[in-house]
Amino acid sequence: MAKFRTKKSYKPMSELRLMKGNEAIAEAAIRCGADGYFGYPITPQSEVLETLMTLQPWKTTGMVVLQAESEVATINMLYGGAGCGKRVMTSSSSPGISLMQEGLSYMAGAELPCLVVNVVRGGPGLGTIQPAQSDYFQAVKGGGHGDYKLIVLAPSSVQEMADFVELAFDLAFKYRNPAMILSDGMIGQMMEKVELKPQKRRWTNEEIEEMHPWATTGKKEGRKRNIITSVELDSEKHEAANLRIQAKYKEIREKEVRYEAVDTDDAEYLLVAYGSSARISLAAKEMLRAKGLKVGLLRPITLFPFPVKPLQDLTGQLKGILSVEMSSGQMVEDIRLAVEGKVSVEHFGRYGGMIHSPEEVANALEQKLIGGK
Amino acid sequence: MDTVINEIKKPENLVFGKTKVLTDTVMHYCPGCSHGVVHRVLSEVIEEMDIQDQTIGVAPVGCSVFIYNYIDIDWQEAAHGRAPALATAMKRLRPDRYIFTYQGDGDLAAIGTAETIHACNRGENIVIIFINNGIYGMTGGQMAPTTIEGMKSSTCPFGREPAHDGNPLKMTELLAQLPGTAYVTRQAVHTAGAVRKTKRAIRKAFEKQRDKKGTSVVEVVSNCNSGWKMTPVEANRWMAENMFPFYPLGDLKDV
Repeated sequence: MAKFRTKKSYKPMSELRLMKGNEAIAEAAIRCGADGYFGYPITPQSEVLETLMTLQPWKTTGMVVLQAESEVATINMLYGGAGCGKRVMTSSSSPGISLMQEGLSYMAGAELPCLVVNVVRGGPGLGTIQPAQSDYFQAVKGGGHGDYKLIVLAPSSVQEMADFVELAFDLAFKYRNPAMILSDGMIGQMMEKVELKPQKRRWTNEEIEEMHPWATTGKKEGRKRNIITSVELDSEKHEAANLRIQAKYKEIREKEVRYEAVDTDDAEYLLVAYGSSARISLAAKEMLRAKGLKVGLLRPITLFPFPVKPLQDLTGQLKGILSVEMSSGQMVEDIRLAVEGKVSVEHFGRYGGMIHSPEEVANALEQKLIGGK
Repeated sequence: MDTVINEIKKPENLVFGKTKVLTDTVMHYCPGCSHGVVHRVLSEVIEEMDIQDQTIGVAPVGCSVFIYNYIDIDWQEAAHGRAPALATAMKRLRPDRYIFTYQGDGDLAAIGTAETIHACNRGENIVIIFINNGIYGMTGGQMAPTTIEGMKSSTCPFGREPAHDGNPLKMTELLAQLPGTAYVTRQAVHTAGAVRKTKRAIRKAFEKQRDKKGTSVVEVVSNCNSGWKMTPVEANRWMAENMFPFYPLGDLKDV
């Protein structure tokens, strides 16, 4: 484990640091005024809990940090904390995230905000501790039982690991829905320069009562009791609750799409990739451009909501799309749904813990979209 | 007759009233069930300690899933077995609030065993009210971890046989061994005297939380007359004759 500042040298100013993605998550959580982190060790993300336990934010900002007995417990600790209107989060990796699916479904059903960071490793099963992007379906299609979605952000740098913590909390509270940062072992473990924001203070209990009148804060005389629940035995009422949640997802789809487009103006071929694969695809794009091929890159930053319209806007000019993912092909299905058969969409990716090289991506585009058809 | 009734209804002639912490919602529990009595004494403790605006409950999955319809405080409804995990975070994030869970035996001693043991072992400063009727009531009377040897249920219709079904679990004895628990007791509500003792135990548990002593566990050995397929009177008699020898009443720990 890396060496960290002690409480004595705690400087809550904006500063530039060289750090791992996982460490950046921990630093950003304290600095954005998070109230609680509950976690359980699992590779390749244990540095998040280690960093927090070393920084001891309960002595400075008052942020609670607790190592729980399992991921099942951690997600339910998030439920309890979020139900009190607090900004609570956890981080884990694929097998641990699978254990949280019950709790995430309950939180979506009870309309509770929280942040879950998934530093994805190769699966299925115990899999491997190397990076992968094979939890895409689980992250963007719900994951647990029932009709619900998570708000999913995909960082492709250590800077974005830090920045997306606060963004995820803001979106989670704006829509009262769990948010996920879908990262992977590469972004979690690699070190990069990162600008950390100055310390923000945590919400006071009085502010929480004012901002989140739904939260269980203790029933004051004169107000009705607050009940955090996802159960409703009357089917008509429960359908109404579902319709309310779906209306929220519609609004999220309309307002919260985030993406990055590189060299797409004149592109005839498009690479679509998020997270680590987007970094690799950016290098592949440069190689293909050097060969004279008009290749662009579209990097979804939000995976739910998926950047459907930006893709549709490009279909008229494109001869082919290559989805680059460290999986057997999951996001490729959302791209195909978006372009509605107007452009041919292929998939390329190494997976099970293997990382594709820029050369492999460039070759795949040439073979699958141009030559080898 | 009306004159007599109107006379009786005058406020100055009131000799007994229910606590204002209980709502007017009609309870869905079977007639004779222990839940209603425990709800009442719990509500009375909250009123007497004057902590209605400072108390947040965690409801379980089981017959008492809708406890939040009956007790007029803020509530969170937990997934099956997870109440102590919720309560852990709630108390740590709101140490100024009284946090308690209300759980049945399937919730606390089967699916939620890990959450229960670890919350107690960490000494979370919460109260756990544990209703043990030896059966899954809500789902229709299946064998519970606490079903005693020979006791019949829909999934051990010829009586629990440890060689096949495993042994009944004395969860409260187990929790009393953990360094994090401050007060562990087993009570019942089958007689007026027992109801008074249970109320005192719940009050003591909340006072332990006020004094930051650690986890308190109040087990209430309860009947389930419909699940046991007995009349309420028969169920209470059967409970006293068969459950109490295996689950003896009294304090197990008081630190």
